Amino acid sequence: MRVLMFGWEFPPFNSGGLGTACLGLTKALSRSGHDIVFVLPKQLDLKVDYMDLLFADVPRLRVKAVNSPLAGYLTDHRYRVLMGALPPELARLYGRDLYEETQRYAEKASAIASTVEHDVIHAHDWLSFPAGMAAKAASGKPLVAHVHATEFDRTADGGVNQLVYECERAGMHAADAVVAVSNYTKERVARHYEVAPEKIHVVHNGVDPREVRKLGASKLNDHYKIVLFLGRITVQKGPDWFLKAARLVLERDKDVLFVVAGAGDMERQVILDAADSGIADRVVFTGFRRGDDIDRLYQMADLYVMPSVSEPFGITALEAVQNGTPVIVSKQSGVREVLPEAVQVDFWDTRRMADEMLRLLSHREEAKRLGQLQRAALPGITWDAAALKLASLYKNVLPVRA
Amino acid sequence: MPSVCFYFQVHQPFRVKPYSIFEIGEDREYFADRSHLNLNNRKIMRKVADKCYLPTNAVMLALLERHPEFRISYSISGTALDQFEEFVPEVLESFRRLVGTGRVELLAETSHHSLAAVFSPEEFRTQVSNHVARLGRLFGVRPTVFRNTELIYDDRIAGLVEDMGFSGILAEGADHILGWRSPAFAYRPRGRKRISLLLKNYRLSDDIAFRFSNRDWSEWPLTAPKFGRWVDAVNGNGNLVNLFMDYETFGEHQWRDTGIFDFLSHLPEEILKHPDNDFVTVSEAIRRYEPVAELEVPQTISWADIERDLSAWRSNPLQEASLKALYALERDVKSSGDDRALEDWRKLTTSDHFYYMCTKWFSDGDVHKYFNPYDSPYDAFVTYMNVIHDLTLRIKSRTNYVHA
Repeated sequence: MRVLMFGWEFPPFNSGGLGTACLGLTKALSRSGHDIVFVLPKQLDLKVDYMDLLFADVPRLRVKAVNSPLAGYLTDHRYRVLMGALPPELARLYGRDLYEETQRYAEKASAIASTVEHDVIHAHDWLSFPAGMAAKAASGKPLVAHVHATEFDRTADGGVNQLVYECERAGMHAADAVVAVSNYTKERVARHYEVAPEKIHVVHNGVDPREVRKLGASKLNDHYKIVLFLGRITVQKGPDWFLKAARLVLERDKDVLFVVAGAGDMERQVILDAADSGIADRVVFTGFRRGDDIDRLYQMADLYVMPSVSEPFGITALEAVQNGTPVIVSKQSGVREVLPEAVQVDFWDTRRMADEMLRLLSHREEAKRLGQLQRAALPGITWDAAALKLASLYKNVLPVRA
Repeated sequence: MPSVCFYFQVHQPFRVKPYSIFEIGEDREYFADRSHLNLNNRKIMRKVADKCYLPTNAVMLALLERHPEFRISYSISGTALDQFEEFVPEVLESFRRLVGTGRVELLAETSHHSLAAVFSPEEFRTQVSNHVARLGRLFGVRPTVFRNTELIYDDRIAGLVEDMGFSGILAEGADHILGWRSPAFAYRPRGRKRISLLLKNYRLSDDIAFRFSNRDWSEWPLTAPKFGRWVDAVNGNGNLVNLFMDYETFGEHQWRDTGIFDFLSHLPEEILKHPDNDFVTVSEAIRRYEPVAELEVPQTISWADIERDLSAWRSNPLQEASLKALYALERDVKSSGDDRALEDWRKLTTSDHFYYMCTKWFSDGDVHKYFNPYDSPYDAFVTYMNVIHDLTLRIKSRTNYVHA
């Protein structure tokens, strides 16, 4: 199969799980013999429309960048700030606001459809949906709309952006099939976007099995038990709930250190909150980290906690388990469907969250056993398994629908 | 009269280098940035030495030679002295030559330019006596007048300082403590018997330190003759013209091309044109002019920002939390017996660290970023707290070892 994919970020140019998922899926699809052209927006400091990006690691993959300042997790406000910072001769290339730019990007991206041979179009999340739809209109090939997150997840059900919602809805309805990263997400898609459940196919995210390098403990481990939060510091991920639980834990056990790893629009607020509530000497902020640093953080931690308010999947929980660290995840997440051994707590139940943290931190054998149990579930949760489901979808579902 | 009293602050902190969770437990060289960043203390010291300390000291030496009546007072912080010794010994030499003229006085302050007066009277006393001893060793002088970090002052601090035996203390002549009174006189801090208080004439001082190069200022350009006339105008209205400012005014805050060095070179002769005018060091000012009244300062003041209070260092949770964490370590650091850790802890007491965490004027694209060598006050806070974590581990390990 030749797949024309539209995404909005790809490692190493990623800021969250979407890029990780796209890489995992394309690698696995390539391994099973499919050819992929991956199109994404990238702000090029040149007056060109397109650029081919080298991505030597993955055979059968070509990455095309469309000159655009669109990026992962962008909001209208952030877009304007970005545009304000560009020199005028570059800013003139792009749309004046997020809506305009999304349309302009869709046109440019879909123009690629006529230059690339493909059997199926696969668009990831709202930013890519207009491009996917335009490509389908151009080539007539079937379209898969892949939902990694909805606007409801991103805003933690706190008020969606109408533009984004309409992009999502239009994409889902124009698509011949919708892929959701979990049953949790499938249910929300059906409910909020009026998509028939038969049209929504669940393909869980995963991790590639790998030998994790032991990166050596920190001296902090000699004096503290360490609980890790790792993810974008934004309302969806519940960093404020993490701190609430931290405060409860510290009331009963002072020898615990809470590490907050990541960056995001709530970062400053969370730092202020930690300082203001008197726990600054038990919280360490790491900022945004990549690669080995992330493994190091997972390994340093005695516990990984994912207190998300709404998590369509939650790849980080699997990454933590891969590194040998037991996880506590929010019940409002997709990953728990494939990792039932994860300790599961409602994100708002800070008392129970704290209790579970304390229990696992003080019962090391139990924690170790739990980590092993969780580790044992990983072989079933791979990108290869996801790619298999996608391939089957491409082959069996799409021709029927198209 | 009046007598012109020049006092200059000479200070550089040891800036904390970029320091993350991965350095905790591994790296105790907190202040050793070697990059191009403005956290590289060596680089900054070299720059300020070339732009300010060396050229200004040269002008001052020439002025002292030309005008026997000329007098200067300095307070040089211990952290500045450390960095002179390590990076630019020629600057220390030039200050020695200045003091050697006998007409340049050095004041006492906390060795590490800290906020200890507010947080730990015990540490305050130790830092002051350490600094006095050091000035004795380096310059052969014994200071009798004191100035606290950034002129942080209140009645309680005046008491602490009088009890240590000093005859004088400096403070900001802030409107809200002076009211109708004038900074052109010496005062007695409320409830004190011996110590005299000298107050900065902020209008005239800031004319030089802040407004000098501002073309939108109604008095621009400020020439030495013009300023001399303003000093003359105090005649009959007071005894003292207290011109207190940061030494970096000369060459750093006001660049050479503003004409600041020419201004400085000609100022003493303009002031001396009027035969009633003269110059005094701070202790000469105190000996010559008896306090005219008691002055009450119950709320802490400083020479920082518009508010002239403690808000530059204590106005947000980041500052409060880090100050609390710092002073919470005091007892354990001192009882650990680890001298290196104690010295590192003292370097962390310097007021600048908390100044960098100030969010009073912080917003996207704010112009005050100029004064902050970190990307943001939050970055400054996180970096500082990581170092506190490392220091805490060092003392914990040490304490465990001792008890084992």
